[in-house]
Amino acid sequence: MVATSNNISLQNYREVTPPGTIDLLCKLAERLKGRSILHVNSTKVGGGVAEMLHRFIPLFTEVGIKASWQILQGSPLFYQTTKSFHNALQGQQQTVTPEMYEEYLKVNKKNSSEMSFDSDVVVIHDPQPAALIAKKQKKSKWLWRCHIDISKPQRKVWNFLREYIAGYDGAIFSLPSFAQKLSLPQFLVYPSIDPLSDKNRDLTGEEVRSVIEKYGIPADKPMILQVSRFDRFKDPVGVIEAYRMVKKYNDCCLVLAGGGATDDPEGVLVLDAVKEASLRDKDIFILDLPPDSNIIINALQRAAKVVLQKSTREGFGLTVAEAMWKGKPVIGGAAGGIIVQIIYGETGFTVNSVEGCAYRIRYLLNNPEHFAQMGQKAKEYTRRNFLITRHLCDYLALMLKMLGI
Amino acid sequence: MYEFSFMGCIEIKELLGKKADDEMQLLEFIEEVPTDSIYYHTHSCFLRHYYIAGTYTNDFANWVAIQVRDRVLGEKLATVTPSGNKNIDDVRSELIDIIDRHLSSIETVPSVSYGQPFFFMQSEIIEIPTGITANNLAEFKNALEIVDASAIYNHIFEAKLRDNRGRSDFAIWIEEVLNMKELAEKIEVIDSYMYSLEGLRKRLLDICSGRI
Repeated sequence: MVATSNNISLQNYREVTPPGTIDLLCKLAERLKGRSILHVNSTKVGGGVAEMLHRFIPLFTEVGIKASWQILQGSPLFYQTTKSFHNALQGQQQTVTPEMYEEYLKVNKKNSSEMSFDSDVVVIHDPQPAALIAKKQKKSKWLWRCHIDISKPQRKVWNFLREYIAGYDGAIFSLPSFAQKLSLPQFLVYPSIDPLSDKNRDLTGEEVRSVIEKYGIPADKPMILQVSRFDRFKDPVGVIEAYRMVKKYNDCCLVLAGGGATDDPEGVLVLDAVKEASLRDKDIFILDLPPDSNIIINALQRAAKVVLQKSTREGFGLTVAEAMWKGKPVIGGAAGGIIVQIIYGETGFTVNSVEGCAYRIRYLLNNPEHFAQMGQKAKEYTRRNFLITRHLCDYLALMLKMLGI
Repeated sequence: MYEFSFMGCIEIKELLGKKADDEMQLLEFIEEVPTDSIYYHTHSCFLRHYYIAGTYTNDFANWVAIQVRDRVLGEKLATVTPSGNKNIDDVRSELIDIIDRHLSSIETVPSVSYGQPFFFMQSEIIEIPTGITANNLAEFKNALEIVDASAIYNHIFEAKLRDNRGRSDFAIWIEEVLNMKELAEKIEVIDSYMYSLEGLRKRLLDICSGRI
């Protein structure tokens, strides 16, 4: 059982949520008082799911629900297998050997004998622990929460997993396009950001300045920013091309901030390509940040004039909501969850090409009044749709439905 | 005299696993999907556009206009709102009729080339008491300022469908309990489909404060 602690109370969210939200959430939770929920995933630290559960579990507890969190313990071969599953489900060709399938089932079986599943609702996150369903008890309701894009999965791996998913009482996806042909109810729940976490909380001017100074970013030029892993689907080279088109008309600097280049062989290649494309331009800053750089990212997003997320493929792309929460309209590629977050011309612009991206950067740089209006709408839209409090409400509503209360 | 109890609501969104890539498929699915799906795409979209009113007021019109880039059908579908005494089946018939006539008037079926397909969803609304009540107009105004926006949706949009009454809970209570017929009428004639929920909150507060 994972112990979580959080010195932020639900009441602290009153300052950042719309009127009545916390009261409604508490009223909703009253109907579930004394009920229990168990979350199971495969890692305690690193990754969005673990980050979210660290915040979620204390909030569930605070509203009177017995919430617990257990972590699947695997072997190196198991993690290699689930990494292959992950890639295959996202559409990449992978080879999964019979030994790997066998290891996957062996680890799930071993863990299932060591875990307790007597909660009213059990939420299994992602493919790694999906086969725990074999231990499902009749009285409890099991939900499979899929956080990844499985819109075009490699069939062999999906067919293997589907046998286990079919045993669940429901599945939860982050976007409609991720839904699959399954004979169980499939629900839509958007992911969320935590407005009070280090990545999103208010920063002082001094905190922002110190980060800008630390990296030598000029404060007298408007900053164009993209925060994302060095991954070719985030199109960092396309971002540099767009910056160069803008630079002909507007003096500005570009910051590409991300990570993932040290532990991912493909990330290293992409980072090299980005460095090569930058041609040692003194106004391009490439920051390969460690995973715990939350305050740095927060400061960069606040200091930026224009924020980009020019992905050509995307899961949900919560960096868009993060920037919008800081009052920035975002220019994003028309991919994945970006199209849900960006309302064209209202909270930002979706674009389909380098040229379109450059055009919209120039537009935002030169229309400060519209920029400010869009930034305000972006923040409010995020407040209503992409904060952790809405996410918690969605889980509570699903608990009500699954338990027939 | 009964007090007004503000009821908020939460929407559970369910994916149907059906998607349309062109206007013919859209028509076929509109004919066959459950009523809760038509409700989701024409009605509860107001609950999701809390702050910013969408381009058009229903998902079908927005998809056709933005993703398929068929402005003509988009504009025609935008006129379909579940107002008055229409129930969801009436809305479905209206949608079918408009798309059918449009497709009969053109030679090729417009489809998505670069945009997203239309994914059919359905919704289930769970009512939640907010614990906020009002016994007179002053209390009503105070409550309106602090209540979750979903209560405004529930008492205006959802209420009009309830028993096919076509009237908002607010107008009924103000007329029947507060005996303020003129105020009730002012609330009743708001073209609520042209507002976001926050815009509607402001409009209601303006009316109740005598500013309009």
